[in-house]
Amino acid sequence: MPADGKPALIKKIRSAGPMRELMGAYFRELDEASKTGSAKVAWCTSVGPAELLRSFGFRVYFPENHGALLGSSRLAPDLIPAANAVGYSPEICSYLTSDVGSYLRKLTPLTKAFGMAGPPKPDILVYNTNQCRDVQDWFAFYQREFKVPMIGIETPRSIGDITKDHLDGLVGQHRALVPTLERVSGTRFDIDRLRETVKCSHDCTLGWKKVLRAAEHVPSPLTFADGTIHMGPAVVLRGDPRAVSYYESLVAELEERKAAGVGAVDGERWRFYWDGMPVWGKLREHTELFSSRRACIVASTYCNSWIFEGLAEEDPFTGMARAYTELFIVRSEEFKQRYLEGMVRDYGIHGIVYHDAKTCPNNSNDRYGLHVRLTRSLGVPHVVIHGDLNDLRLYSEEQADTQFEALIEQLESKAV
Amino acid sequence: MGRALYCGVDVGASATKLVLADGAGEVFARAVRPSGVDYAATARACLAEALATAGATEADLVRTVATGYGRGNVPFADATLTEIHCHGLGAHHFVPGAITVVDIGGQDNKVIRLDEAGGRVDFRMNRKCAAGTGAFLEEIALRLDLPLGDLDGLARAASGSVRLSSFCTVFAKTEILTHLRRGAKVSDIVRGAFASVVQRVIEMDPLEGRIVLTGGVAAHHPTIAAILAERTGREVTVPPYPQFTGALGAAIGAARGPGGQ
Repeated sequence: MPADGKPALIKKIRSAGPMRELMGAYFRELDEASKTGSAKVAWCTSVGPAELLRSFGFRVYFPENHGALLGSSRLAPDLIPAANAVGYSPEICSYLTSDVGSYLRKLTPLTKAFGMAGPPKPDILVYNTNQCRDVQDWFAFYQREFKVPMIGIETPRSIGDITKDHLDGLVGQHRALVPTLERVSGTRFDIDRLRETVKCSHDCTLGWKKVLRAAEHVPSPLTFADGTIHMGPAVVLRGDPRAVSYYESLVAELEERKAAGVGAVDGERWRFYWDGMPVWGKLREHTELFSSRRACIVASTYCNSWIFEGLAEEDPFTGMARAYTELFIVRSEEFKQRYLEGMVRDYGIHGIVYHDAKTCPNNSNDRYGLHVRLTRSLGVPHVVIHGDLNDLRLYSEEQADTQFEALIEQLESKAV
Repeated sequence: MGRALYCGVDVGASATKLVLADGAGEVFARAVRPSGVDYAATARACLAEALATAGATEADLVRTVATGYGRGNVPFADATLTEIHCHGLGAHHFVPGAITVVDIGGQDNKVIRLDEAGGRVDFRMNRKCAAGTGAFLEEIALRLDLPLGDLDGLARAASGSVRLSSFCTVFAKTEILTHLRRGAKVSDIVRGAFASVVQRVIEMDPLEGRIVLTGGVAAHHPTIAAILAERTGREVTVPPYPQFTGALGAAIGAARGPGGQ
């Protein structure tokens, strides 16, 4: 408890220290590879074929992770205009515009956090459009800047059931990447090395899933904000054994909290689900506001989007094709509704917050009436807040806070 | 004077409204001032004025609840409630039963659905945009070089209604220039602006059941209620002193004790 005697609104997870060290090591390795040429650097979309790249010995850098850092450090609103000025619309992905702005302005949070002058220079750019088309255009900017190869996978979207035809097409696309990766890396493709990497990535996924599922416990040992912090290794180090070890220790810590009845929010009374992207620059304020009302955001579509259960060492290409297509964001509205109904049930959710991010339509699930249908089917109330992942100029704090509070009031009035 | 008074303060984007009421919601005094930049000072000034009107002193105040965007800036408040909650309480006080409350404020709009007992079923707020709010009408008045208070008379007397199609307050002003250039009557433009406000509200929610219209816009521009009734085909009730509905709700919340539910 802090000196003022009031309960802490944010409880630190002990493992945050080791995680920072791990992320520091990851970035230092990238920086060294970039500076010395000791290893080739591949830039990859966050839900892209990282395992395949690691099997060739690439150091893998994820621009979306940098986008999130630009958002959480609140540098993004100052950088986005630089990208706008060279023709990138303020209406498109603000990860893209803040990252391009960061490149143009030569300003990055990596300097303060890890002593890096900038992101590592790529030898190749590899994307998967499973999340959106913007990633392709994002990487194309750097293809023109660095004059390096850009290859990728175009995933179908709005998929209901995943069929053999879907998988066959995607396996073919994954295999088609191999010759270019061999040429750029100077390494011959090795199926056993890929199997090993895929197995390691799958183990990481299982650990990450255990972390998130710990929040089914009442009170929840972690919040959405904790999830967004601790997902770092699942995003940037899957396929690396250090990520597997990290989640073992984090799961142990959360199990300790569960056994001791320690919740992330003191006196947890209300449990919320967050759909859509975080408002990175306001994550702390959101956590404090909910905590102050004894409410905890216990689960989210966002954090669960880095669970890749389909990965399979026995058939690594099909496993990757499946794992990167099973994702929520790739799926049909019917699938999404069933998925969210399951989450509400599993986590004992009292209310849902939908974040409609102006520049991220694919992660804004209120746009086709899903939120209305879900409230009708489950009777669980919701609010829609309008904002953005990185561009805080699109976010109205007062309106969002009033809606959060009003939703909690609504639940409290029904409980009286 | 020895009366038990409950105070509700609604610190809104444009104006601060304060109500002193008894435990049954009977109002003894009201005060309203522009919110200005010092919310605490404005709230205090409203309180002093209302106490003087009621012939009461601060010692008569049992409990105070603040609401509105500046609800956290009222030092004499015992608790805060959101304006969504308070408009619901205030509207249901005058119109008991299942109702849909439409609050058109200076900076935002709300649609609040209440059940028979006044419990909230759900609510909606407008997007981060001033189109369809009081701020929109203020801008239109400026563009037309009219005092804000003249708008309602003009809208009521209009023989037609110019369609304003823009979602954006700034572009709507540009659109008005086009209409003026083409010779449209000012009164028809004003009525068109009122209709545009109503249209933005209708886009927020299907607006079922009996509608209760609250907020400063309804107070200053009662023709909006007639247009809302016409466009929805539903009965629209405007409670007495609609600008004070939120403040009254806060006073009722204060009388209900901690939680104000």
